[in-house]
Amino acid sequence: MNLRYSTLAIASALCLGLSTQAHAAGGGLLATGGVTTVEGSAGGGIVPWAVMSGYAEEGEWGGTVSLSRASVDDFNLSVTAASFSFDNRFEFSVARQSFDLSTIGGELNQNVIGAKYRLAGDLIFDRLPQISLGVQYKQNNRFGLPEAVGAQRDSDWDAYIAVSRAWLAGPFDRTWLANATVRATRANQTGLLGFGGDESDSYELVAEAAVGVFLHRSLAVGLEYRQKPDNLSFAKEDDWMTAFIAWFPTKSVSVTGAFVDLGDIAGLTSQQGYYLSLQAAF
Amino acid sequence: MNIKALFSAASVFFLLSFSASTSAQSLYQDLGELEGIDQLNERFVINLVEDRRISHHFEQTDLARLHQMLTEQFCELAGGPCVYSGDDMVTSHTGLNITRSDFNALVEALQLAMDDQGIAIGAQNRLLALLAPMHHEVVNR
Repeated sequence: MNLRYSTLAIASALCLGLSTQAHAAGGGLLATGGVTTVEGSAGGGIVPWAVMSGYAEEGEWGGTVSLSRASVDDFNLSVTAASFSFDNRFEFSVARQSFDLSTIGGELNQNVIGAKYRLAGDLIFDRLPQISLGVQYKQNNRFGLPEAVGAQRDSDWDAYIAVSRAWLAGPFDRTWLANATVRATRANQTGLLGFGGDESDSYELVAEAAVGVFLHRSLAVGLEYRQKPDNLSFAKEDDWMTAFIAWFPTKSVSVTGAFVDLGDIAGLTSQQGYYLSLQAAF
Repeated sequence: MNIKALFSAASVFFLLSFSASTSAQSLYQDLGELEGIDQLNERFVINLVEDRRISHHFEQTDLARLHQMLTEQFCELAGGPCVYSGDDMVTSHTGLNITRSDFNALVEALQLAMDDQGIAIGAQNRLLALLAPMHHEVVNR
């Protein structure tokens, strides 16, 4: 399957759908669908949350299209993603990542197909927090370099469970959000450097977390943390951290910016920079 | 830019703020007492009946009574000197088939009314947090 074209086709179809309707289709509250992660699932920027993309409540459907870019000292990551969600229960996503090795030269890329299922609870109203189970299937399309540095396979599955909760009037009478995610993965740098390695080729559980506060209904700031495996002996892999600000001027559009600290990547140390993401949602 | 330091600072801020989140002024005062709550609910009821997503729920409603009951209810919830005299939430919403989206539309109508009334975001959040537990008594009844 050629995912680049299917992603573009879905994105175009959704854009067309968005432009022909004046109002958001789904009945969810502002920002409750989160934004689009670099892997296409709804969440923050680097951590998938339990939220469903877009604004689909029971019996409704929704979705998103997004363009994102992270630029750190020696690398640039571009992501095109689209998602579809239904019944406040299911989410399906596709993402195309291009990782530009500006210093080393060349480009890595991979496709990610994601599915998420809300098991129980609600972000705001239920007694239980929102709990979702997700999978991501990743296909690395430039496996030459990853294989040369010890990666064991060019495609693999990640699975995760995420718990998200918002408090309408938390500290300082502001609305707060917290998310915790546990992921089973063998991915090196999310899969851009393949899966498994010469040091370890078994699944590892990693922890990911996010906390944010809404300064106003349409403006949130927060932090994310993503633990990562370290499977390849040629270079140490670090955890990722971001400090983000997300603005939801309407339900249809959101803009996310972040400072990102991706640590050491492929032997190049202390990769820091910015992240910018635009999302259209309905 | 040291994000690790930022993380530590944010954690401390988060922990400290839990112990310092009690409000100096009562919500009743922040909503403008009885007169403010009455004005708020006038705007709220107008927003509800003008919202095409949910106006059909109010076709048979006595709007003056709805306004009065909302005002009693918000006043009592906010700590004011009122007693809510209406039916409980389950009784008053049974058979109306209010969906999650309908409930959210109502929240948005209230938020717009609070914006128009000039109620600060902190007081808005405190009122919404008091109303949120009614979600399961109202939706899908």
